Amino acid sequence: MAETTYVEAIREGLLEEMRRDESVFVMGEDIGVYGGAFKVTKGFIEEFGERRVIDTPLSESAIVGAGTGAAINGLRPVIEMQFSDFMACGFDQITNFAAKCRYRWGAAVPMVIRAPAGGGIHGGPFHSQNPEMPYVHTPGLKVVQPATAYDAKGLIKSAVRDNDPVIYLEHKHLYRKIKEELPQHEYVVPLGRAAVRREGSDLSIITYGWMVHVALEAAAQLASEAIDAEVVDLRTLVPMDRETVLASVRKTNKAILLHEDTLTGGLAGELAGIISEHAFEHLDGPLVRIAAPDTPVPFSPPLEEAFLPNTERVVEKARWLHRY
Amino acid sequence: MSATAIASVSQEVTSDLADKLLYYMLMMRELEDRIELKLYRQGKIVGGCYTGRGQEAIPTGSAVLSRPDDYLCPSHRDMAAFLIRGMTPREVLAQYLGRATGPTGGRDGNMHMGCARRHLLPIISSIGASVPVANGIALAMKYRGEPNVVFNYWGDGATSRGDWHEGLNFASVQKLPIVYLCNNNLYAYSTPLDKQMVVKNVADRASAYGMPAEIVDGNDVFAIYDATRRAVAHARNGLGPYLIECKTFRVSGHSAHDAADYVPQHVREEWSKKDPILRLQKDMVERGWATEQDFRQIRQSVLDEIDDAVNWALEQPFPDAATLEEGVYEVI
Repeated sequence: MAETTYVEAIREGLLEEMRRDESVFVMGEDIGVYGGAFKVTKGFIEEFGERRVIDTPLSESAIVGAGTGAAINGLRPVIEMQFSDFMACGFDQITNFAAKCRYRWGAAVPMVIRAPAGGGIHGGPFHSQNPEMPYVHTPGLKVVQPATAYDAKGLIKSAVRDNDPVIYLEHKHLYRKIKEELPQHEYVVPLGRAAVRREGSDLSIITYGWMVHVALEAAAQLASEAIDAEVVDLRTLVPMDRETVLASVRKTNKAILLHEDTLTGGLAGELAGIISEHAFEHLDGPLVRIAAPDTPVPFSPPLEEAFLPNTERVVEKARWLHRY
Repeated sequence: MSATAIASVSQEVTSDLADKLLYYMLMMRELEDRIELKLYRQGKIVGGCYTGRGQEAIPTGSAVLSRPDDYLCPSHRDMAAFLIRGMTPREVLAQYLGRATGPTGGRDGNMHMGCARRHLLPIISSIGASVPVANGIALAMKYRGEPNVVFNYWGDGATSRGDWHEGLNFASVQKLPIVYLCNNNLYAYSTPLDKQMVVKNVADRASAYGMPAEIVDGNDVFAIYDATRRAVAHARNGLGPYLIECKTFRVSGHSAHDAADYVPQHVREEWSKKDPILRLQKDMVERGWATEQDFRQIRQSVLDEIDDAVNWALEQPFPDAATLEEGVYEVI
């Protein structure tokens, strides 16, 4: 059977949800006739027409706000931000209004904001960022980042069906780089459940997004040195599956917290806090953070390669932690 | 289309309509006076107070034209819009007093209240941000082919915001069924209009978005009623958004703590002669629809209603601190 790429999996998931539920529609810049900058909505306008596939002016705040209003009034908008970097232009709408609606007045905002995130494509400082943390830090939002084609499809379907605003971060580097055979039957991947991608006994690498693949490569290399690493893919950052994280650390007693996002204020710090509070006595070594340095994402290949966490760095830190 | 001249007063208003307008304008005035001049000074109000004193004609003359399935997105100077949609003085006071039985259950305060079932969007504090959201509500109406309209209110200050401009453009491009009502009250907090914009009228800005707009005397409730009727007909007939600029003046400070010393005395004196409630009452007397005696009776019944609401609200429970973390998500 044919394999499905990560980007095609998102597209299939969205298509299925739009066919299933008339209240689901997509809205964003260049998503109609053009099919989106990354072609996630290619062919949608032919099938669903301009009513359900809305090309908008170049106005992130107006788009996110309109999505929120439409969600309040009974629809299920899926908003495309052309690059996750530009979510900052709609930040007020997302964090000051959409996120607070349920708490302030009990209003559901069943909206998904899809946003291509991450580096590795030489996109430079405006097209490569990992902006998850401001949204992770905002109560009322859910934040998702799939690492596999299977999850990309299953999570977009769950995000569309969720009755709270979901930030769905899709990794640009993975769009056409990874593919797998997907089930022919319909399935969803529930929000809030991590996946153990590789079982191991010596140390845990807890990560998400593209870095899941980096961690798996590192684990394969470490295996040849008789170091048995476990890899936990968070899949959903909010709500976080603390139980799976803690169970892994309690088993291996050592943890590397890995992400592509920059170090200071990154999710690794939060993970370290959770592990310290709930599994401190299981730890046989310091919690090790691996992340990008605290700089904007640079453009030129040697700079960007130095910026992004890679297999070698993970292997090196894992060896050190294993010896500890 | 450019802004038109001050609209003329309709000859079609009736005595019943005048009674209704007067009731809501008086209720707004007296309720806000009770909140700001009594309860706030007695230390009973939690947090700040933002009133629409002197601007009562704007929410009243417009919101009375809304149908149950329409949606209202008021600003913090539009108490009458809440009342017209069925929010009771009891609920309003419970909100101001931070009680569990107010419309936000104590999760938010003062004019930051809304109610989904009455189609009232709660205020977004960065007021211009309500424009994109109101657009989305209108977009859902259009999506389902409903003949409904959104009423979105804001002041002159909001029109300096980027999302205000993004929103007006978006609504025009999408031809959304929405009526924008600007209360241009000359001040955004302490910032006078000439430090806000160099164009003479907010309505002038609509031409940049190909949007019809008109300017009305914001203290003339019949003029607002008339303009809103035209705007709503336009939007309901699928012709797209419409902007009404209501020229008025904020009689009070920005909020209860603000004495508004920055307003020149002559401006204050000039506008004190234009009180919209006195103006409506004068008009009603001249038309032979009511007497001073009638007004005293109406006012007394409004005050009685407020007394009851204050007594009720003061007895209401505060929210239980144990509920602090509830309701952030449907399920987590």
